[in-house]
Amino acid sequence: MQNETVIAGFGGQGVLFVGKVLAHAALEVGMEVTWFPSYGPEMRGGTANCTVIFSNEEIGSPQVLNPTSAIVMNQPSLDKYEDMVVKDGYLIVNTSMTNREVKRKDIHAVCLPATEIAEEIGDKRLTNIVMLAALIKASDFFGQAEMETALKKSLEGKKNDLVAANMIALQKGFEFRA
Amino acid sequence: MTRELWKGNEAIAEAAVRAGLQAYFGYPITPQTEALEYMSWRLPDLGRVFLQAESELGAINMVYGAACAGARTMTTTSSPGTSLMMEGLSYIAGTEVPMVLVDVVRGGPGLGNIAPAQGDYNQIVHGGGHGDYHPIVLAPASIQEAVDIVYQTFDIAEKYRTIVIVMLDGSIGQMMEPAEMPPMQEVRKVWPAWSASSTQGKRERNVLTSIYLDPKDMEKTNLRLMKTWQQIEKNEIRYKEYFMDDAKFAVVGFGSAGRVALSAVRAARAEGIPVGLFRPISVNPFPKQQILALTDKMDGFFVVEMNSGMMLDDVLLASQGRIPVEFYGRMGGVMPFPDEILREIRRLHAEGWKAEGHPRDRWLAKLEQIINEE
Amino acid sequence: MATTNFENMQVIYQHPESLLDKNTHYCPGCTHGVAHRLVAEVLDEMNLRDKTIGVASVGCSVFAYNYFDFDFVEAPHGRAPAMATGVKRVHPDKIVLTYQGDGDLISIGTGEITHAAARGENITVIFINNANYGMTGGQMAPTTLPGQKTTSSPKGRDVEQAGYPIRTSEMLATLDGAGYIVRRSLHDPKHIRQAKKAIRMAFETQVRGLGFSMVELLSTCPTNWHLSPVEATHWLEENMLPFYPLDDFKVHPALKNLNF
Ligand SMILES: Cc1ncc(C[n+]2csc(CCOP(=O)(O)OP(=O)(O)O)c2C)c(N)n1
Ligand code: SF4
Ligand SMILES: [Mg+2]
Repeated sequence: MQNETVIAGFGGQGVLFVGKVLAHAALEVGMEVTWFPSYGPEMRGGTANCTVIFSNEEIGSPQVLNPTSAIVMNQPSLDKYEDMVVKDGYLIVNTSMTNREVKRKDIHAVCLPATEIAEEIGDKRLTNIVMLAALIKASDFFGQAEMETALKKSLEGKKNDLVAANMIALQKGFEFRA
Repeated sequence: MTRELWKGNEAIAEAAVRAGLQAYFGYPITPQTEALEYMSWRLPDLGRVFLQAESELGAINMVYGAACAGARTMTTTSSPGTSLMMEGLSYIAGTEVPMVLVDVVRGGPGLGNIAPAQGDYNQIVHGGGHGDYHPIVLAPASIQEAVDIVYQTFDIAEKYRTIVIVMLDGSIGQMMEPAEMPPMQEVRKVWPAWSASSTQGKRERNVLTSIYLDPKDMEKTNLRLMKTWQQIEKNEIRYKEYFMDDAKFAVVGFGSAGRVALSAVRAARAEGIPVGLFRPISVNPFPKQQILALTDKMDGFFVVEMNSGMMLDDVLLASQGRIPVEFYGRMGGVMPFPDEILREIRRLHAEGWKAEGHPRDRWLAKLEQIINEE
Repeated sequence: MATTNFENMQVIYQHPESLLDKNTHYCPGCTHGVAHRLVAEVLDEMNLRDKTIGVASVGCSVFAYNYFDFDFVEAPHGRAPAMATGVKRVHPDKIVLTYQGDGDLISIGTGEITHAAARGENITVIFINNANYGMTGGQMAPTTLPGQKTTSSPKGRDVEQAGYPIRTSEMLATLDGAGYIVRRSLHDPKHIRQAKKAIRMAFETQVRGLGFSMVELLSTCPTNWHLSPVEATHWLEENMLPFYPLDDFKVHPALKNLNF
């Protein structure tokens, strides 16, 4: 079984980083995984997205037309990806940056004010982790312990001092109840 | 086994370091630059040579010099840079010194763009530089495969005293996947006997050159190169097969196009369509014998590429017209989705194979509509 | 409420005709935009727009033709002076300019710029020196200062290994074909005004057929220097000015008495 997650938002919202955390989690449980970024000039100020695919077998295409889940961090991303997610897939929406409800009824949608939650923790840059936690909670792809290890791995080295705040963000995302 | 997440460009750089790379020369160009940036700290830390050249012309000729001097040497670049390196590659081939080039192919021609593409196939596989020579060209499709291949390239290059090119595309350079790094090899301490490393008063002098004024001498060199190539054709064929045991027809695709095709083939299998995937890894030498042998078992070949059908010509040659061939490609940095390939597989399964006309013409006839509908 | 009487007002600022009214893709605070504006203003003032052909190079200014409103071609990396030569030889009565970054001009394109100057090719070169390769994400350029950290000189440019920066204007000014070669800077309004005068001189050189002309403009790259736009202008002033002195390195005698 293969799972494909698209993470999309503005450049600077930590789209690529949170994809990396998800990839680390998949690696943690011994799966195959591919992290595929949109790259190049469009990253300057524009939109950014990445696709994380994990599977028990060799992964084919690093990008898919219809992902099994999507984390959308802003309005343009919601508009673009809501229709793309497969039936019964997951759509995690940042209501702090979107201005409409999810229309589809045949997917699992989790809508949460992720930026506000992140700001309460003290740093709106944690929006991405709050949203990832919400996806993991809804989908049960991985356990919370695996996510914590993945988060630490992703922050290894230069970003070590950010671990504590990120852990809180993860916790808040898991705790969120609509 | 410790698998770690690696970005493609950095993974190939580290694999080369572990293979005993002694000297790297390069020039920034997207989507390859991370390899150069990685080398810029990694090699000096190990006391090995890193130098950013003033251009790709500079880089390839620095590599030429380092190769003649006997070092394990390489450069990495992307399509426009590869074009500039063609002169140097021809000289290196003519001088019969080993080197490794990694080309992270992007959309073209011209400045094009930085998106993943396979349009360098003809320039790399079928020459580009002048004269009679054949580089070995390997096209991995994943980061682990790229690591394993890069790790072996220096041994292969030295065995035949030839050029080995690893042809990737922007997606493999930029993506992250888990990979297990091979062990660190020690850097070689003795210079090869043929190298221009000074006689030290202990041997006859070595002269390394690609000029043979007398055509007869040049032809002898050509003959030697071709004989080496025959050996390479015998020993260095690599490919991977998926679902081929009971397949009635086969998709043929290399590198990223091969990966995308794998997704499509899996989906088709789930629908009960008896299709397999043949993924050449060595695109030069090309697995001609294997393709020819498959014509006995297959109803047809469906070639998928991220170019206008460059490997298609090799498949057509290898299959000798014995079975029909169909083609689907995307160009200019557009990467196909598995759905596009699946659609074609379903069509071939339902409608059967056409033989009239050229597969490229049949593809071109429908491409415009596909582009317009997206 | 008083109504404004536009009739008695004087236009003191307007969009240059040579520049399209568009937002650029340049990063906030990048001086590429300033340089574009100066070139456009000079071409307007000299009434040259209709006879100008631009040659864009490969660097952040690769899309300069999206902003300048006259004919343009786009050269391979480093080859703009050669392409400009081709254009100028076919259209000797037209104004031909190249717009090149430091990586483009004095790394991969050293041969082309040198020979264009040596031939006294009657073209004008706008040379943006921002001490790094902006477009590819901030690698070391030939102009990167000793000790300066870039993504391919992560411990700072080590001149023992990577060699010394090139003072391009000084070097090209040794060539007899050069008619006008000066260095200016874009870090504050006063220097920007001086830069504009120099650009005017460069085009006057071409109009008069006095040979190769080039204005080197010290520029900021806040993004890859990892500085705010204001900090970047200070960094330029403190670090680049001492290494790259602002001066006239070659001024054709026939230009000496011109004043604007
Ligand atoms: C043959 C070739 N090599 C490399 C590149 C990649 N490349 C694009 S822009 C650039 C450097 C640009 O730097 P500079 O000229 O200083 O301009 P800036 O972006 O700083 O304004 C490079 C190396 C290319 N396009 N073509
Ligand atoms: S990268 Fe640097 S040179 Fe390029 S637009 Fe941004 S600030 Fe300007
Ligand atoms: Mg520059």
